[in-house]
Amino acid sequence: MSTTTETNAAETATQGFGGVQARSGAKLNAPRIAIKNLDFFYGDNRALKSINFDIPDRQVTGMIGPSGCGKSTLLRVLNRMYSLYPGQRATGEAMLDGMNIVAPDADLNALRAKIGMVFQKPTPFPMTIYENIAFGVRLHEKMSKSQMDERVEWALTRAAIWNEAKDRLDSSALGLSGGQQQRLCIARTIAVRPEVILFDEPTSALDPISTLKIEELIDELKRDFTIVIVTHNMQQAARCADQVAFFYLGELIEVAPAAQMFTAPKHPKTQEYITGRFG
Amino acid sequence: MPNEHIVRSYDEDLRKLRDLTARMGGLAERQVADATRALVRRDTTLAAEVVSRDAQIDALEREIEAFSISVLALRQPMAADLRVVIAAMKASNDIERIGDYAANAAKRAIVLASLPSIGSLNGFERMAQLVQENLKAAMDAFVQDDADAARRVWEADEPVDAIYNGIFRELLTFMMEDPRNISAATHMLFIAKNIERIGDHTTNIAERIFYAVRGDSLPDERPKADQSAFAVVRPAGA
Repeated sequence: MSTTTETNAAETATQGFGGVQARSGAKLNAPRIAIKNLDFFYGDNRALKSINFDIPDRQVTGMIGPSGCGKSTLLRVLNRMYSLYPGQRATGEAMLDGMNIVAPDADLNALRAKIGMVFQKPTPFPMTIYENIAFGVRLHEKMSKSQMDERVEWALTRAAIWNEAKDRLDSSALGLSGGQQQRLCIARTIAVRPEVILFDEPTSALDPISTLKIEELIDELKRDFTIVIVTHNMQQAARCADQVAFFYLGELIEVAPAAQMFTAPKHPKTQEYITGRFG
Repeated sequence: MPNEHIVRSYDEDLRKLRDLTARMGGLAERQVADATRALVRRDTTLAAEVVSRDAQIDALEREIEAFSISVLALRQPMAADLRVVIAAMKASNDIERIGDYAANAAKRAIVLASLPSIGSLNGFERMAQLVQENLKAAMDAFVQDDADAARRVWEADEPVDAIYNGIFRELLTFMMEDPRNISAATHMLFIAKNIERIGDHTTNIAERIFYAVRGDSLPDERPKADQSAFAVVRPAGA
C-alpha cells in the first residue's frame, strides 16, 4: 500500500475536532526552501521519491527516520554536496530565493555561501582557531584585518565559544575538546553569514552537556538562520525542532509541527517509529 | 497498537499501567454498586464497608500516579504511548473522585437507614446501574484501546441526567408536602447528585481514552439532559 494512501486514511480516521496541533498554537513561518517533486538517484537507485514539503524560515526543521531512509541524502541534496560524486543526480525542485538548488546550472559557490553545513564529527581545519573562521570568509569577501577580527569575534560569540577561545585564537583548533570543536565548526559556518544551516547529526559524537550547549545554540541561532537538522535522537528532535519530517525508505511519510508529531502523529508508520516499535 | 516495542519491558510497563487503572475502575464500580445496595436495603454494615474501602481506591490512585511518573521519567514515552500514560494519570483522578462520591453516598445511606423512608428508590437503582455499566464499558475501552466504545460511553450519559431530573423534582415535591421529609429528602438528593456526578466523571474518563487512542479530542459539547439547575416546583395553588 502506498504511504500516501495510508496517510490519507489516517487523516480520515482522526476526526479533526481541533486536536493537539490546533490547541498547542504551533505556527510555522513562511517557507524558506520549497521542495517539490524532488527525486534523487545514486546511479539507478532512487534514494528519494517525490519529496514535497516546505522548510520554514528561521525555524528548526528536524528530519528523522531509520538508517537509510533518505534524510541525510536530502541534507546532501540541499547544498549540492552530491555534485562532487559522479552518477548522483537529483530531479525536481528545491527553491531557495527563486533559485532551484538542484538545477544543473545553479551557481554552487553562491549556493554554498547561502547554505552552510555542520557534520556529525567536528571537522576543524589543522590551523589556528582564528584561521579556521577567517579561511572561509576570505573566499567570499575581501575585508581589512580589523574587519576580519570583528567577524571572527562575532562568529565565535554567536557560536557560544568566544569566552573559551578568545585567549587562544592563535593556538591550534585541534587542541579544543570535542564539544568546543563542534561549536568552532558552527562558528566557521555562520562566519560566512549563510541563510540556511544544515546540521547532520551534530551531537552524536558529543557528551550530554556539550549536546545541550549545541541545542541551546541552535535555539539561539534560529532567530537569524533557517535550520535543518538530521538526528537519530528523537528526544533531540522533540527538543529542538519546530517542524519534524519523518522519512522511510526514501519517502517522506509525514511532516508536522513537533508538538503534533510527538503526541499525535497521523501515520501508523510514524507512530511505530517514534514509539520504538521498529527502526 | 498491534505490534510490540523493541524493548519488551516497556510493553510490560504500559500493560501494568492499564491493568492498575482497570483494577481501580473495577473497585470504584463495586463501590457504586454496594453503596446503592446499602441504600436500597437499608444495610448499614454494607454501607460502612463501602466507606472503609475508599482508602483502597485512594491508594491505587497514588500507585498509578507514582508509576506513571516513573514511566515518563525512565521511558520518555512518545505519541500513543505518551497519551496512554497521560490518560491513565487523568483517569485515575476521575476514578478517585468516583470513589469519594460512592463513599459519601454510603455515609448518607447510614443516616437514611435511621429515618422513615420516603418515595421510591427505583430511580436510584436505575441510575446507579447505568453509571456502573458506563464505567465498566469505559474500563473495557481503555484496556482494549477502543475509541468507538469510549465515544459510546461519552454519549451515554444523557439518560442518567434525565433520571436525576426526575428524582430532583420528586424529592422537591415530597419536601413541600411535609417538612418532616426534608432531612431524608436532602440526603437522598445529595446521593442522587453523587451518582449523577459519577456519570460525569465517567464521561471524562471516556474523553481521556478517546484522546489516548485517536490523538484527538472529542467535541467540547457533550449531549446533556440535566435541567435541574433551572427547575422550580411550585406548591399547588401558588
